[in-house]
Amino acid sequence: MTLPLDQIFVLSKHWLLSFVPPIAQPLASAILSVVPVLIAFPLLFAITTLLERKGLGRIQNRYGPNRTGPWGLLQPIADGVKSLTKEDIVPLTADHAVHFLAPIFLVAAAFLGYAVLPIGRNMVISNLNAGVLYFFAVGSMVELSVFMAGWSSRSKYSLLGAMRAIAQMISYEVPLVLASVVVIMQAGSLSTVSIVEKQAGYTGIWPHWFVFTPWGIVGFALFMIAATAESNRSPFDLPEGESEIIAGYYIEYSGFKFALFFLGEYLGMFATSGMAITLFLGGWSAPFSFLTWIPSYVWFFAKLLALIFGFIWIRGTLPRLRMDQLMNLAWEFVLPTALLNMLVAGVWHFMPGGPIRWLVCIAIVAIPCTFLTRRLKRKKKFEVRTYSFAE
Amino acid sequence: MIGSGILKGLAETARNFFGSYVSKDRLTTIQYPEERVAQIEATRDFPFLVYDGPDWHDGMRCVACQICEKECPPKCIFIEKSKDKKPDAVGKPQAYPAVFNIDISVCMSCQICVEVCPFDAIKMDVKYDLSTDDRFGGLLLDKKQLSKSNQYYNAIHPTEAAAVDAHFAEERAKAEAKAKAEAKARAAAPVTPTPILAQPVGGEAK
Repeated sequence: MTLPLDQIFVLSKHWLLSFVPPIAQPLASAILSVVPVLIAFPLLFAITTLLERKGLGRIQNRYGPNRTGPWGLLQPIADGVKSLTKEDIVPLTADHAVHFLAPIFLVAAAFLGYAVLPIGRNMVISNLNAGVLYFFAVGSMVELSVFMAGWSSRSKYSLLGAMRAIAQMISYEVPLVLASVVVIMQAGSLSTVSIVEKQAGYTGIWPHWFVFTPWGIVGFALFMIAATAESNRSPFDLPEGESEIIAGYYIEYSGFKFALFFLGEYLGMFATSGMAITLFLGGWSAPFSFLTWIPSYVWFFAKLLALIFGFIWIRGTLPRLRMDQLMNLAWEFVLPTALLNMLVAGVWHFMPGGPIRWLVCIAIVAIPCTFLTRRLKRKKKFEVRTYSFAE
Repeated sequence: MIGSGILKGLAETARNFFGSYVSKDRLTTIQYPEERVAQIEATRDFPFLVYDGPDWHDGMRCVACQICEKECPPKCIFIEKSKDKKPDAVGKPQAYPAVFNIDISVCMSCQICVEVCPFDAIKMDVKYDLSTDDRFGGLLLDKKQLSKSNQYYNAIHPTEAAAVDAHFAEERAKAEAKAKAEAKARAAAPVTPTPILAQPVGGEAK
């Protein structure tokens, strides 16, 4: 079933391509696919900054921005003008070339992930047969630009911030990938497009999303925890840590470069959210069979906004974790649970359907989890430290 | 159970989020230029000069005694005494300030000038949004800018102003009674040089 409204972007692209000579068609096709993504997601970034400030304001019983335009709707424009007109300060001893390249590199790395995200039916820049693998490979490029920023600034605060950021990102990259492995196991494919197609069917009115299975819901929860940590958002925003290390690895950046870091961070958040939608929430497919008449890209962005709202809600609720808590959570809880979840996915695959399968699968993950959480919660004894070399 | 605290927190923030749209009481923000917080009676920021009657110059209570100028800790008051005299609040001829400037960029709102003024001429204002784009001229207030009517004083500090008014009424009644007694005495013994005798008594009565 392909409605014309659903395929409007695909059809208009083909119509535009018909004016291009055949020799230039591959290039023109690539440009026509990439440019809308380059426009849509920074726009979403602008909207999200406003939504975030408004939402956090309301969570704290404030109004949020309401001075620029009606209901403060022009706030992103004001912010953009502000960051463009600010002085761009580069530290005297900084490595100028690397200092300049780091924010650009970050944004570029963040954008590369969008190449395999199916935004709508037949709407994906490139249907790689190793799409999920590509996504995580490109996602880990962000760490490189973080270290470029921290190192080239020639400031101990930047460097410490970068170290913390990279320690965190690498720790959470492992559970992020392991949480998504279950989907690959079930779908039998690394291609994002075929993963979404596997979830596009319906039983009655209910969709076949992977999140509605025991391994799916656990995987989704773990994926979102890891994605929050991966995109340096509260409560895992230690690398930024406004109150203690001011802005971490980008402390020496100002003006538009600072804004680029912000853009890169949000783009990374959108990309991982988009991947969560693709893997667990059925990509562009409608939540009920009777809602399939709404265009697929609308569903994708609706789900994305819902996840963004979740991120904002979490940010407005939870305090920042301590470094040891962050690492304990990653290695003592998220990683073992992700491994268990892979076992659950295997059991789910080989057991016959029915309520017993549900019970067994839930038991496999729930019983060890209670022990793991008890371990996390145990009272740690803090003692006065003696520094043998500081005497 | 682990995570129950997180759920409790999420419920609380959700209640705040939706509650702030439903009940205005939750929002503690005052939208400043449009809305203002009601000021308490003891509010004070910068001094002003009180005048009685309709004309700010004729009714000025200040007699240019310069006590406030001398007492002012940051030295933000500048006074020049006049050569001629005009009747003060009680009706006695007194000097008045030819120049009376207060630099409110220097003033620290300590209220010492108000405490030391024997004539209840200088009082504290409540106007706070005095920002200007001229930081030298715009914040140096002269005699005319500083003068505000007794009605205004009554409006901003009613209790204090009522006490001051009562005090002035008493003084005026006393002065009137004395003037009457003098007139009677003058009528009884027209030869006595009353003005010379009356002067020190009047000085004592403030």
